[in-house]
Amino acid sequence: MPADQSLPAVPAEVLVVGADLAGAGRADLLIRDGRFADPATAGAGAERIDADGLVALPGLVDLHTHLREPGREDAETVATGTAAAARGGFTAVLAMANTTPVTDTAEAAEHLAGVGLREGHAQVVPVGAVSKELAGEQLAELGLMARSSAAVRVFSDDGHCVADARLMRRALEYVRALDGVVAQHAQDPRLAGQDACCHEGELSGRLGLPGWPAVAESTIVARDVQLAELTRSRLHVCHVSTAETVDVLRWAKARGITVTAEVAPHHLLLTTDEVAGYDPTFKVNPPLRPQEHVTALRDALADGTLDAVATDHAPHARHDKEHAFGEAAFGMLGLETALAVVLETMVVPGRLGWPEVAARTSVTPAHIARLRGQGRPLTVGEPANLTLLDPAARGVVDRDRSASLSRNNPWHGRELPDPVVATFWAGRATFRRG
Amino acid sequence: MRHLLSAGDLSLAEVTGILDLAEEMAQVQARPVKKLPALRGRTIVNLFFEDSTRTRSSFELAGKWLSADVINVSAKGSSVSKGESLRDTVLTVAAMGVDALVIRHHASGAPGQAARWVDAHVLNAGDGTHEHPTQALLDAFTLRRHFRRTEPDRDTFAGKTIVLAGDITHSRVARSNVLLLRTLGAEVVLVAPPTLMPAGVGSWPVATSTDLDEVLPEADAVMMLRVQRERMSGGYFPTPREYTVGYGLTRARLGALRPGVAICHPGPMNRGLEISADAADAANSLILDQVAAGVAVRMSVLYQLLGGEDATPTSSRGDA
Repeated sequence: MPADQSLPAVPAEVLVVGADLAGAGRADLLIRDGRFADPATAGAGAERIDADGLVALPGLVDLHTHLREPGREDAETVATGTAAAARGGFTAVLAMANTTPVTDTAEAAEHLAGVGLREGHAQVVPVGAVSKELAGEQLAELGLMARSSAAVRVFSDDGHCVADARLMRRALEYVRALDGVVAQHAQDPRLAGQDACCHEGELSGRLGLPGWPAVAESTIVARDVQLAELTRSRLHVCHVSTAETVDVLRWAKARGITVTAEVAPHHLLLTTDEVAGYDPTFKVNPPLRPQEHVTALRDALADGTLDAVATDHAPHARHDKEHAFGEAAFGMLGLETALAVVLETMVVPGRLGWPEVAARTSVTPAHIARLRGQGRPLTVGEPANLTLLDPAARGVVDRDRSASLSRNNPWHGRELPDPVVATFWAGRATFRRG
Repeated sequence: MRHLLSAGDLSLAEVTGILDLAEEMAQVQARPVKKLPALRGRTIVNLFFEDSTRTRSSFELAGKWLSADVINVSAKGSSVSKGESLRDTVLTVAAMGVDALVIRHHASGAPGQAARWVDAHVLNAGDGTHEHPTQALLDAFTLRRHFRRTEPDRDTFAGKTIVLAGDITHSRVARSNVLLLRTLGAEVVLVAPPTLMPAGVGSWPVATSTDLDEVLPEADAVMMLRVQRERMSGGYFPTPREYTVGYGLTRARLGALRPGVAICHPGPMNRGLEISADAADAANSLILDQVAAGVAVRMSVLYQLLGGEDATPTSSRGDA
């Protein structure tokens, strides 16, 4: 059931005049009853948005969001997290399972989807846990989650690696019958344990921080792509952070293995050097990597080896970040700044055009997650999920001007594109620049 | 000098100044009445998130012999599990009107973070596997005295080769010593099995070796670092026996040293593991001199941080 059918109809018409439709040329868009309609039929009372100079993208889809509800509503809620998503141009977010309780049952998934429908400013799509309690021992009820009204298709123990090879194999095999995908947090816990918090290299050695070697990611991915080949199932790799993993993905894709992969915005721009001052704002898992990895990730996003940009938006209460670096929580905000970083790192340097931006941020993630109403063409009859952006606008990121409840924003004080002008989710304006 | 967070923050002139003043402080220690009025009215808090009787009492004596008011706050146990953030703990202590915070923490970087949150001077008394600058200063003080016995005019360590052997990866003493010894002009050789050599050590301004026997004949001083037995479970080395055979300063290896070469160890020693009793108790062992130097060097550092300031207690503040 496409989510837009569950929403109250929006009576007013909105006519977007003269937007560049994801690089396909300028045209008008009429939004009526939650869908795109023929602009020639616009009523005299339609609200007009002058989109001269603006680009229209299908609403962005984030494959990797932490909404913290239920369990840590002091850090983020469905309402605030999706408000941040809307500001960032997203019309759908996949909410990771590592909440309290864990989304490892049909009931938990349905509850979250229901909160999303009532309170969300974007479609909230529950991700189901692969293993019960994320413990990595026993499969969660994947089939029941898939058959529930939440229609879970993406399963992930994100935050934890499905380290046990047998469990990973079984999960891949099992979800094949559900048209599901296993989204792996690739981190060999023996090579990079819970305390690993800095890319293993010159800086970790100098700072005396426990190292997180690049191979702890790539060796798991090398294993998993072969398991995906064996099981003829779909594997998705979360937050790819290393050049070595990119090499493995290229090999796997050349072999025809059904693997997709995402990259987080922070791994496209920030480097290990940010950690030199022990500021936990820059503590994230997997960690920031040196420039050669950043370069490899941009190349891979440009050539499609990396299929999607996903935020890994990870809000944390201030007191969970104000510990010593090694003891502070992992993660950083990302929803509101993701498109800005994609523009800065990929569009401004000419590495991606608008059709590819639409593919990496909307069309492909929607396809990976099997979201039928998202990532669709901007054509008559389609659900009106739309992001309008001004590619020329820039600004200085201010962490206090955020819809998120949290402030662990690594971009604070940085001058970046500030592109999002308006977001429409199923025809409803979820964000309009004031 | 506002804070002392890293041995690498000190210029050669500052190091020399600290060591020279420490010599004067050491003279005071020899008197029957040890107290100087220099820091009267100043308040120093030893904020220790990790136990260390030796370092804490050394700082405590240093502060007291300079007439400062010194209190010890033990914040042992993870503040994470107690629900209080590091920032809360630090600001709470600083809010009492503290002039200097002497911080030891089990996590690397914590004193540097604290220094961004408070107006008080912050002194790193050992942070995780990062640095322990006053240990490096007292090592330098001890070595300078040692070298001056035969070369009275020696100020730097130019032309001297200092060997540091042991668990370099997990040693804050090693990191601070590398920085400080290089500032003093010494050649530094790090010796460890490859498993205990830090990532990226190739970019450090040192030579490295996995063969202790190869480097010992060149050494002017040997600094043995503590090896924790629990490293075995991490697979860093197979057995204590094998470690000792490869990297311990054994009785046999004493014979490979040139006469009078200084033997140092920051303590606590694992006798029989990284250092033999013969080496620890040798005539040229400076291990007890290192301990004795601790108070004088810390008096000097405290004076450099706090001396000569207006004695108005500073208040704490939060960041913006």
